[in-house]
Amino acid sequence: MWLRQWITGLALLVSVTKVLAIDVSGYVGIESLGFFNNPSDSQQHRHYLSGSIEPEIYHEWDNGSQSLAFVPFYRYSQHDSRRTHFDIRELTWLKAADNWELRVGFRKEFWGVSESQHLVDIINQTDFVENSDTEDKLGQPMINLALINDWGTFDFFVLTGFRERTFAGKEGRFRPVPEIDVGEERYQKHGIEKHMAYAIRWSHSIGDWDIGLSHFYGTSREPAILTEVNETRKIQLIPFYDQIHQSGIDVQMTQDNMLWKIESIVRSGQGKTFYAGTGGFEYSFYNVFETGLDIGIVAEYLYDSRGSHAPVVFQDDFLTALRFALNDEQSTEILAGVIFDRTNNTKFYNVEASRRFGENWKAELEVRFFSSAPEDDPAYIFRNDDHLRFELRYYF
Amino acid sequence: MKHLILVVFAVLFTTQTYALEENVEAVVDTLTPEKQGLEIITELDKRDTGFGDSKARLKMRLTNRNGGESLRSLKLNTLEVVGEGDKSLTIFDSPRDIKGTAFLSFTHALVPDEQWLYLPALKRVKRISSSNKSGPFLGSEYAFEDLTSFEVAKFSYKYLRHEVVDGIDCYVIELTPKYEYSGYTRQISWVDKNRYIVTKVEYYDRKETLLKTQLFKEYKQYLNQYWRASEQLMTNHQNGKSTALIWENYQFKTGLTNRNFDKNTLKRSR
Repeated sequence: MWLRQWITGLALLVSVTKVLAIDVSGYVGIESLGFFNNPSDSQQHRHYLSGSIEPEIYHEWDNGSQSLAFVPFYRYSQHDSRRTHFDIRELTWLKAADNWELRVGFRKEFWGVSESQHLVDIINQTDFVENSDTEDKLGQPMINLALINDWGTFDFFVLTGFRERTFAGKEGRFRPVPEIDVGEERYQKHGIEKHMAYAIRWSHSIGDWDIGLSHFYGTSREPAILTEVNETRKIQLIPFYDQIHQSGIDVQMTQDNMLWKIESIVRSGQGKTFYAGTGGFEYSFYNVFETGLDIGIVAEYLYDSRGSHAPVVFQDDFLTALRFALNDEQSTEILAGVIFDRTNNTKFYNVEASRRFGENWKAELEVRFFSSAPEDDPAYIFRNDDHLRFELRYYF
Repeated sequence: MKHLILVVFAVLFTTQTYALEENVEAVVDTLTPEKQGLEIITELDKRDTGFGDSKARLKMRLTNRNGGESLRSLKLNTLEVVGEGDKSLTIFDSPRDIKGTAFLSFTHALVPDEQWLYLPALKRVKRISSSNKSGPFLGSEYAFEDLTSFEVAKFSYKYLRHEVVDGIDCYVIELTPKYEYSGYTRQISWVDKNRYIVTKVEYYDRKETLLKTQLFKEYKQYLNQYWRASEQLMTNHQNGKSTALIWENYQFKTGLTNRNFDKNTLKRSR
């Protein structure tokens, strides 16, 4: 009986979404994360199973000029209680007019052009427990007004509500020893000021050039990590979020098979004012030997003016990578690269591959090696975290 | 010396009579094969001018050598830009893992096209190289260059003959790409003499061998002027695969403007 009711309920829900023209899509995935080495801390594990779901519920009206999107996300991870988490990736109302767009709610906004790291991209907080590549972001509450002109788009952002960076728990990997004390985080500003941030961006395409200029003011997305000894004489690692100003520029020039890319930032308010940059190119050979295969060569240089004192992994590093796109029915893609530190010889190897199976399944494989980081390098904390991640997703 | 002049004169005279004979032929066909080819294509292009903008849904059915099939579905919006090159926005709906991916393209006659790709998982707009002409589109037998909007200036033309195919009287014209990075040395097009629409195209690869044949079926006329095929079939003779395009819900003059083909719209396309 309950089954029948359940099915009737489900059928009703489906027909309601159809009548209202609500579009439901998304994925469910299962992930295996395995490590090649014993962990730095005995509380950590060698293997983690986890599952995630990210549905997207979308509705548009007013001839497509208004829309509502809701994208919740949930991951359950074995062992790591902090990686088991829920987030609202998107809950946005959007209104588009002839020369402006208003976007209100939880959103993700990406800025930039480079491949190795995303310096200019600052609106969203990194969901660091999701993936060590920092590409996953938490939904950011905001009011974003875009003014659209012939001479470019001006975006104004009022970012209402600060999101703390996620870090692995006691039993999780990709963390220092001891783990970062997420509950103890501190801020330079308090109350409403801690929560607010503001940003402005101008972006435009002129012929072969795509240009973006931006400025951000507010609580830094990237925390400094303070080391303290508490009353019980235990070492504590505490995230500290400063109030910063950050100006950024990102430029891409597209010329035949060559993409030239540069990104640069100046940040003040977090210690001494510093600047950082990423510059390089991506060159592609298309349809190699008429097999449909594309081969791309990516080379970038990563710089940070704080030098070896920089609390970041990349301050004087080179990325070289090869990208293979088979352009077959299954959209098979492979990316293999290495980032090496010019001064202390730390190397970071990364291989990513993905392929679709049938119409709805997709498999993704990542293998990463962090080799020979000396003790004073921020990458030292990953020294035992060489891993293989495999994920199988069903898209609906 | 006198002798030589005579010889030259004789040569001149004979070529002149030969030219005269050619002229007589030309009176019938009026023009050289090149000019004739260009004239037919210009007329075809003229008859398709003025549609303003269009929206359509597209299903792609990919069939491999063993008969295995896979499907893709897309939405395609086009804005006619007279004298420049059309703008188009392609939105992917399936396979589901690339749902929401969108592709914005500004076609140009002779300078490279401008293209942007929107990746919904990263919310990232990427300017991409438009040099990829001959590569496959979504793993299909259609190359990017087969799907970009047609501009007269992109090819040189040569009228070959006329031929009746399936009861339709056709001009047969050779098209040679003038743009860089094409995968073809030439294309042979069959143009319906009456309706000025393409019914069949043969594609010759860089080794001059027949690579693919495309058939256009079930043409429908919209707004009493614009012909669109409801089905297109591309067969690759070298790998035995084929791709069918099935067009649905064609709409014209829907009021799309440049604003519907900018990076802001690209980011919110579903």
